[in-house]
Amino acid sequence: MFESDFSSEAYLNMQLLRFTTAGSVDDGKSTLIGRLLYDSKSIFEDQLEAVERDSIRRGNEQINLALLTDGLRAEREQGITIDVAYRYFATPLRKFIIADTPGHIQYTRNMVTGASTANLALILIDARNGVYEQTIRHSYIAHLLQIPHLIICVNKMDLMEFSESTFNQIREDFLAMSAKLSIPDLQFLPISALNGDNVVHPSANMPWYTGPTLLHLLETVDITSDLNRVNARFPVQYVIRPISDEFHDYRGYAGRVAGGSFSKGDQVVVLPGMKESTIESIDLFESSIPEALVSESVTIRLADDIDISRGDMIVKRGNLPSVNQEIDLMICWFNEKPLNPAGRYIIRHTSREAKCLIREIDFKMDINTLEHNRTDLTIGMNDIGKIRIKTTQALFFDSYFQNRITGSVVFVDEGTFETVGAGMII
Amino acid sequence: MTAHSINHLGELENESIYVMREVAAQFENPALLFSGGKDSIVMVHLARKAFWPQKIPFTLAHIDTGHNFKETLEYRDNLVEKLGARLVVGSVQSSIDEGRATEESGFNASRNVLQTVTLLDTIEKYKFDVAIGGGRRDEEKARAKERFFSHRDEFGQWDPKNQRPELWNIFNGKKRMGEHFRVFPLSNWTEMDVWQYIYQENIEMPSLYFTHRRKAFYRDGVWLAWAPFMKLKPTETVVEDDFRCRTIGDITCTGLSVSKANSLVDIIREIAATRVTERGGRFDDRRSEAAMEDRKREGYF
Repeated sequence: MFESDFSSEAYLNMQLLRFTTAGSVDDGKSTLIGRLLYDSKSIFEDQLEAVERDSIRRGNEQINLALLTDGLRAEREQGITIDVAYRYFATPLRKFIIADTPGHIQYTRNMVTGASTANLALILIDARNGVYEQTIRHSYIAHLLQIPHLIICVNKMDLMEFSESTFNQIREDFLAMSAKLSIPDLQFLPISALNGDNVVHPSANMPWYTGPTLLHLLETVDITSDLNRVNARFPVQYVIRPISDEFHDYRGYAGRVAGGSFSKGDQVVVLPGMKESTIESIDLFESSIPEALVSESVTIRLADDIDISRGDMIVKRGNLPSVNQEIDLMICWFNEKPLNPAGRYIIRHTSREAKCLIREIDFKMDINTLEHNRTDLTIGMNDIGKIRIKTTQALFFDSYFQNRITGSVVFVDEGTFETVGAGMII
Repeated sequence: MTAHSINHLGELENESIYVMREVAAQFENPALLFSGGKDSIVMVHLARKAFWPQKIPFTLAHIDTGHNFKETLEYRDNLVEKLGARLVVGSVQSSIDEGRATEESGFNASRNVLQTVTLLDTIEKYKFDVAIGGGRRDEEKARAKERFFSHRDEFGQWDPKNQRPELWNIFNGKKRMGEHFRVFPLSNWTEMDVWQYIYQENIEMPSLYFTHRRKAFYRDGVWLAWAPFMKLKPTETVVEDDFRCRTIGDITCTGLSVSKANSLVDIIREIAATRVTERGGRFDDRRSEAAMEDRKREGYF
């Protein structure tokens, strides 16, 4: 238990780690999450009682920890996970947000959604089955969404007599399969989620494994370089104009730093007008701060009166993003209605909105073999492909590889306003 | 290179402020649902931070069951005056008087469910196109499925199986006439985060959250505040003890804890040691396994 730590100053300085989990239906994903929550004492008595009651009512012989994570009636009835669910737990070192995503083939979109904000992905492999199609698909999505850290959990080691050679073989197979993918930080872990081996506590059943437990990895993986700290980007979200006696001439640009950092006195350029100015002040509530770092929500004031509105971008002089209307991107499609090559879509990028036409569909990705299909170019639900678009007005962007915020777009249907696709700029 | 690092509370604050600013930019007539509970108090604080030195660009909307703690109303009125904000009150009593809602009867009668009618009527009456709520994903399993920007159809209904995917920090608030959105800036906060943040920011809280003498009775594992209009079962007796509220809602369904916590640090210690969820004390959630999902589908907070 962590009572004493939670009420100390140390708690106020915890880091936040967001991770996502992927695995097929029976890989034990829900059990693993249940185990993490249970062993880190993050499940409350009333939740456990409810799950116990429910397990008995359903005729399960053991407490079914999966019932903890299935939140919707339909999910519990069908025993499947339909939508991303978010879970929270904390240890004295970190607060964790888990995006628990369904493993079914038709739900690629959920994994992409969960992956989009994750620092880390856990991919489960059933030790009995080894690396197969779904593993490739999950790893590819982790790579496509540029999740900085990947942990491969070889689960159900108890069913393979905790065999070291089984674990090594799966690791070799995975490395061979993933050679084409760029995964910056990759780790392998033999576990049994059901019994808790190497999840929170080291396993006595696998003395040959001397590495860290899963929780230890989650608590210590270095996430400080997960965000782009080099290229300063500030998409303007909202213009603050109090028009009051006290702040008669106040004009502040509110937004969240999307890359790099900004300091008072910095020479900046405002896109699209390319007007230059100097940062006069960075305001945060009633005080002003010397510097704003990536991911901070602040208000910037400039020395000169320039016409700036939502959708414009403040950057540092000498470090401009790409400015273009023709854009190549990888796209993941979410809607039952396939991507219409002759259609027009609303596109959202940082705080900017435009319309776009599809110029070209280059290929569709076969995410089971990682091959490019150039004959069937229908991009349907859950498909991933490479396309080129033309936007009605220029976007200010970086490649997704460089910056996940300024390199991502979302497609919105003009008629239904549904979010129909997500794009990663190449 | 980094002058300062960002802790998890800073990360959550940055995210919530970003969401509030998206609301102000994407909608025309936003309401912030203010109940007087800790989550809505934190939301108001975040909204002040997001738009300072401008006044918050949201109307505060209070859905009043008529069964309030008097401390809540005092706190609300002081806050509104301090902010110079606009407040509208939707009254459940009026919904009942107009025949739009029917009072429950029996021992567990509560106006909690009836709030949905009043809430939807209030949204329609004032033509709000978005209502910002303090719901958090850690509160309840149906809430764990909720988006930051949650679409509601023209009947105010939530369709949990057909939600818009939400990626990165791009929020799609586009809607057709008559539809509206619910936005939850505190989605990623836990109860502990909320209290730690209140402590860090030194936010003034209603006295109900701290220990005080109160008359209460015990029902089905929960302490409930006693009020003259509440029906007691023959086996139940009213006792007086040191209590505090862990959540504040309608008086008929707000669970109390026996507690001597009289500072924020005491409350944080108490929560760290608690083995029951905060909604475990909410009588309204104990009605069935899918109680929250059902209410949310119909347009509840």
